[in-house]
Amino acid sequence: MTENIKEPSAVRVESPGLSQVTTSQVGPGPGQKVVPRRLKSGRQRNFQDFARRLLRNRSAQVGLVLLVIVLGAAILAPLLAPFDPTLVNSPERLKPPSLQHFFGTDALGRDMFSRVLFGAQLTLQIGVIALSIAAFFGILIGLVTGYYGGLIDGLLMRLIDLLLAFPGILLALMIVSTLGPNLTNAMIAVGVSSIPGFARLVRGSVLSIREQEYVTAARAIGVSSPRILWKAILPNAMAPIIVLATLLFPDAVLVAASLSFIGLGAQPPSPEWGALLVDGRLYIQGASWLITFPGLAIFITIMGSNLLGNALRDVLDPHLRGR
Amino acid sequence: MLVYLTRRILVLIPVWLGIITLTFLMRAIVPGDPVENMFFGKGGDPKVIQNIRVEMGLDRPLYEQYVKYLLDASHGDLGKSINTRRYVIDEIGDRYVKTIILALSSLAIALSVGLVLGILAALFKNTIIDTVMTVLALIGLSMPAFWLGLLFINLFAVQLRWISIVGPPDLAHLILPSLTLGLIYAAVLMRLVRSSLLEVLSQDYIRTAKSKGLAIRKVLTRHALKNALIPVITILGLQFGALLGGAFVVENVFVWPGLGQLIVRAIGQRDFPVIQGIVLLVSTTYVLVNLGVDVLYHQLDPRITQRKGAS
Repeated sequence: MTENIKEPSAVRVESPGLSQVTTSQVGPGPGQKVVPRRLKSGRQRNFQDFARRLLRNRSAQVGLVLLVIVLGAAILAPLLAPFDPTLVNSPERLKPPSLQHFFGTDALGRDMFSRVLFGAQLTLQIGVIALSIAAFFGILIGLVTGYYGGLIDGLLMRLIDLLLAFPGILLALMIVSTLGPNLTNAMIAVGVSSIPGFARLVRGSVLSIREQEYVTAARAIGVSSPRILWKAILPNAMAPIIVLATLLFPDAVLVAASLSFIGLGAQPPSPEWGALLVDGRLYIQGASWLITFPGLAIFITIMGSNLLGNALRDVLDPHLRGR
Repeated sequence: MLVYLTRRILVLIPVWLGIITLTFLMRAIVPGDPVENMFFGKGGDPKVIQNIRVEMGLDRPLYEQYVKYLLDASHGDLGKSINTRRYVIDEIGDRYVKTIILALSSLAIALSVGLVLGILAALFKNTIIDTVMTVLALIGLSMPAFWLGLLFINLFAVQLRWISIVGPPDLAHLILPSLTLGLIYAAVLMRLVRSSLLEVLSQDYIRTAKSKGLAIRKVLTRHALKNALIPVITILGLQFGALLGGAFVVENVFVWPGLGQLIVRAIGQRDFPVIQGIVLLVSTTYVLVNLGVDVLYHQLDPRITQRKGAS
């Protein structure tokens, strides 16, 4: 998560001429007059200020702790898991949680704790890949439509509006039905259905940023349009993008898990959390632990990113409040 | 008003054409022949396959299929299911009603719970009540509907044995799915009501109403709520789409015989006419609901009409 947060300031350094303006635009810190020579320390101070404000935020603290747990589970799954998540062990089937099997075992005697740990890898992977797809295309569309305007803006934005005419998960269902139900396609589906959000947000930011004097200045000295978009406009639009990404991450996780749960995403025996719940509901009468822990894992992930997203919004971009 | 309504309905036409086009493309860009795809691996009789293709018009060029699809769909003819050979409209009609019933009953729960808790949170701002409400809302927003559904089944059907898990789609079996969906949307609504009401309560006219000695209850009902609910209604329309989507998932938890169950089955069987029919029907509903909400909004907030009139 922290790498993500650093990104905007990292992007900002590349071109001293432009980033000088950028830094002072974004950094509201008191008395920060950035002179080119002190650019680095100014940027660092900016980031420290941001990190301090974020860490002081109660909901960021809780959110970060929850996400660190999930991230830790994902990274350390091979080390932490006491059993092979796919190891079938019939004599041990449907055992309730115990010291040997923290989360109990499933109908094939597989250790649920190990399966939930490995499921964390899948869930984070789905969230990140889906969001990357959404962010890449959304940002591209937003930049182009916002900056160039005209016919291309009209056409692309009508398409985005059209995508928004399909309620929530229905768009994802359409894409899955076209591509076929499996985990990869579920990621693509979730990604594509989140494109409109990014596109609209970026377009809005670009519309206001392109009127700034430094953009006019860049254009006047003959900087090419793609370069202006990349070096001057995108870095300045980054704060709301990061906030939106954090806020859309839980949605992506939720929709992907929903797709798996209704049998159109990850397929059993995959330990994806939604898929684990499909197995679990069959044994709900006798083995309620099978639904408790995978569900709890999804809940913690979504809650953690919701909390962090809200905090980031308050710290980075107060304008987004209430959206 | 009439001008506004006409304009809004005219705007719907390209949107609806777009929806039909995307729905058509959804099938058209799938590689291979839809009928063969369905029989894939099952070794259907080539003659039967060819007959179905001709019957569905799939032997015609794509643009002809498109025009036919467009014309048929505007007449409510959604074609026949490849799987059951029944008319799609017959397959989905009854299930559509079931899904709408589920969505509306969830909406009723969401409204009653969300309004009450949201008003409480706003009135007792920065007290323990507000904090409890905020935590509740956060839990609701982070709760996957299918998990809450499973927890409810575990609690009410398995532990307490108040209700059977599977049963006919009657009122008793509507309670748990609508409670599941309703409580989750109550969380969304509660936060909206709270922030909207807080904003209104800080306005001058509320202070005036208070200072002329009106009882707080009257200030709330006569002045504050009326204004605070206007933005809530707009969001309600947008949320209706999420509600329909949520209903699709929850139906699969509770075996409620609505469109959500059918579309999952149809996707599994690659029965495209059914999938397309559901997509078309649900997105049309969504667009129409939003039109309704817009009109309602227009009616409720005289400021909009006046601003329009002035310009």
